[in-house]
Amino acid sequence: MKLNFLTGHELIESLRSKKADSGQIVADLKKRFDEVEPKVKAFARPPDFKDAANFESQGCVLGGLPVALKDNICSDGDLTECSSRVLGGFIAPYDATVVKKLKENGAVILGKTNMDEFAFGSSCETSCFYPTRNPWNLDCVPGGSSGGSAASVAADESIWALGSDTGGSIRQPASLCGVVGMKPTYGRVSRYGLIAFASSLDQIGPLTKDVRDNALLLNAIAGYDDRDATSVNIPVPDYLRSLEKDIKGMRIGIPKEYFIKGMDPEVEQAIREAISKLKSLGAEFKEVSLPHTEYAVAVYYIIATAEASSNLARFDGVQYGLRVHEKAKEAGPELVSMYKETRGKGFGAEAKRRIILGTYVLSSGYYDAYYSRALKVRTLIKEDFDKVFRECDLILTPTSPTPAFKIGERTDDPLSMYLSDIYTISVNLAGLPALSLPCGLTKNGLPIGLQVLGKPFGEEDIYCLAYHYEQNTQWHKMKPKL
Amino acid sequence: MKYETVIGLEVHVQLNTKTKAFCGCANVFGSRENTNICPVCLGLPGSLPVLNANALKSSVKVALAFNCAIRNFIKFDRKHYYYPDLPKNFQISQYDEPLSENGYLDIETAGSKKRIAIKRIHLEEDAGKLIHAEHAPYSFVDFNRAGTPLLEIVSEPDLNSPQEAYAYLSDLKLTLKYLDISDCDMEKGSLRCDANISLRPAGEKKLGVKTELKNMNSFKAVKAGLEFEIKRQTKCLEASLSIVQETRLWDEKKQETFSMRSKEEAHDYRYFPEPDLPLFSFTLEEIDEIRKQLPELPKERRKRFVSQLEIPEKSADVLIADKKIADFFEECLRIDNDSKNIANWLIGPVLSHANIHESFEALQLSPARLVELNAFVRGGAVSNLVAKSVLDEMLKTGKAAKDIIQEKNLGQISGADELKDVIESVIAGNKKSVEDYLAGKENALMFLVGQVMRMSGGKANPKVARDLLTERLKQ
Repeated sequence: MKLNFLTGHELIESLRSKKADSGQIVADLKKRFDEVEPKVKAFARPPDFKDAANFESQGCVLGGLPVALKDNICSDGDLTECSSRVLGGFIAPYDATVVKKLKENGAVILGKTNMDEFAFGSSCETSCFYPTRNPWNLDCVPGGSSGGSAASVAADESIWALGSDTGGSIRQPASLCGVVGMKPTYGRVSRYGLIAFASSLDQIGPLTKDVRDNALLLNAIAGYDDRDATSVNIPVPDYLRSLEKDIKGMRIGIPKEYFIKGMDPEVEQAIREAISKLKSLGAEFKEVSLPHTEYAVAVYYIIATAEASSNLARFDGVQYGLRVHEKAKEAGPELVSMYKETRGKGFGAEAKRRIILGTYVLSSGYYDAYYSRALKVRTLIKEDFDKVFRECDLILTPTSPTPAFKIGERTDDPLSMYLSDIYTISVNLAGLPALSLPCGLTKNGLPIGLQVLGKPFGEEDIYCLAYHYEQNTQWHKMKPKL
Repeated sequence: MKYETVIGLEVHVQLNTKTKAFCGCANVFGSRENTNICPVCLGLPGSLPVLNANALKSSVKVALAFNCAIRNFIKFDRKHYYYPDLPKNFQISQYDEPLSENGYLDIETAGSKKRIAIKRIHLEEDAGKLIHAEHAPYSFVDFNRAGTPLLEIVSEPDLNSPQEAYAYLSDLKLTLKYLDISDCDMEKGSLRCDANISLRPAGEKKLGVKTELKNMNSFKAVKAGLEFEIKRQTKCLEASLSIVQETRLWDEKKQETFSMRSKEEAHDYRYFPEPDLPLFSFTLEEIDEIRKQLPELPKERRKRFVSQLEIPEKSADVLIADKKIADFFEECLRIDNDSKNIANWLIGPVLSHANIHESFEALQLSPARLVELNAFVRGGAVSNLVAKSVLDEMLKTGKAAKDIIQEKNLGQISGADELKDVIESVIAGNKKSVEDYLAGKENALMFLVGQVMRMSGGKANPKVARDLLTERLKQ
């Protein structure tokens, strides 16, 4: 078997027992890339396999294995463009903290994966490069915004990858591509070097082929960072050890508000079966209520766009990235026209839509009606979860109401696109950890994802449940035919 | 009609912390362009601010010194506007919840005291600096200054004259200097002042339309700018013209203000809470600790100098006006408590040397050396006059008073024998004065003493000379 099909922990074991060597791993990855990348388009630009081949595998936690990074995570000396024209040519002059930690743990950077522009989207179609395709069905989207990372793992073009999740951007593509994706608790992983979308919601997390790899990768990147004032200074447990814990007696809530019209019957069926399986393994289930769920999408699109409009103000053509001033050439060098042309040409339609929306909700006279009120409802959503977690250890929901949809199917209808994140958004608003793992395939052969939500810093319980489920099912072993 | 002037001042002061407000870059003035920069103060994609706790501590010091209340939770906000010297196109500042509010500063003008309310003090980051290339269609940006901690101190419109504004600024600056949180150098831009000014008919409660004055590079310029505005606005009002709410710039060369922009073009800054910085809070113990660390402030010091050291008020004013001089003074008193004479040395000869050298620190003088010189005068070893020239020599050569007096043989003559010849020749040469004295004109004696001093090259002890003369003329 080609080495690129193995998981990270299998490869580390093979390297340790000298059954595999690092050169062969990279050679297999490159071969796979040459074969399937033209179809999948998971990467924002071709990885540097020469760099990846130079790894030292001995004695490193991550075995020196290459990691794919979403195109919004800075790595020193590498292009980091957020799949946006406005950052065209931007070479990060520093390592994000997660990259520094990966390197300290003996990982190398494989390359940058495609994404929705600035992480604005749920389908990878807003990338300025090209849409990434779902390895399970090339006519379908891989989800987004970390669609490139999810697709590269699903297509075995990478062993594992990092993504970022602001409203579901790790979990939804993980679900649509049949891989494992974790959004850690807000503050668990440093955001330093992650090009911000919405600062109070963003979090970096791993996308992997199975739960063990996910825990392994989170072990490497989690922890307090004095460069990120919102990172939290509490010790990081060894997530690998949490896999071995018992799930008997674990109390799991099923929120009634999540089982609604609009949920695909096949998705619902898969979730019901997952619940039965977990019951048989000893978990206890009860129905719970998250009454403010219906406001989550509205609240999210106010807070996230407000923060985004501010975070994206810096892309103005002055210091880095794209600069356009064609009109200025005729009319003289005028600053404002450079701003307008640069931003006009640099941002795609979805980015402009969100910047305009965010600018509007922060404008004087509208702030109280939108932003201020959204913050209040955000608190109510948080309190819903606090209440449920007083009587439950975990919450179980579908990750996405539907399996992967067709490319182009929702691009003209932003609202239906925004609803793809209906099950994932509340988690970001509440700052909670949540993981998506494969729990079925539709009749058409598309993956279905199960979402496990935990208490703040409750990643151990999540991994424990996910691992036990995974060990008793075969979904994570299914591979797309490419 | 008589008009009342209403003035409010906004002072920006750069804090002298070792590092910038939100990153670890050195916070220094005068480095080569774009050398004190990093991803954070350049606002590079992915970078995040982390609050410099020392900047916040300095801010709290200032707030306490001006009797402000400190907020329990300190929040930062983003203020948005586009300009190339602002790397993120937003400034981290404080909007609706400044770290401190409701303080005051007592000022004194022409003998009358007045309390000026301080509305708010908040912490923000400074922007970079544009450097305009001459005859070129572009400009450069120097980001060294970007991210420098900047404190904004806003007064209530309690000031009613340019003189009061000047007194407020002087007192404010003196206190800031005592707190040692900034070098307060207007030329370097570490202290900047904008003024809001309006007029209203005397007795009227409603405020008139204000103009905002900017670009004043000294307190004198602030005063001159305000005086100009009072005249300009008075003319407008008397001609029944309405005053436009606008920003006006001070032209130092022409000594007049001119319109920069009207408020109609005012920005919507779209303030919202900075999501990258969690709320910060001090415990009461921490605030108390900072309060304990506050130095004695100039007003308290002046009071102490007057009441405990019996220094005249005017002299005390001079001494406290520069913290280094006041410290030097107290250092002297620790060695020798002759407060009045040492104060006179400092206020007179020492300060005039300092003015020539443009700084007190540049003088080669230690408290011990000044105390020694003063003791020579008090002990009668040298006269006051000679001592002044000894001081000149000390400052020129760095030598001690003792060595200079010895080397130049400047010791005072107090012996009757040594002065005998001089006295005789003064009496012989000033017959008229001697007669006058003998006829009862006391002033004539002073003249004769002066002659003895002159003939002895200033070395005669004036008291001894006077006694000897009286004695001799009795005969």
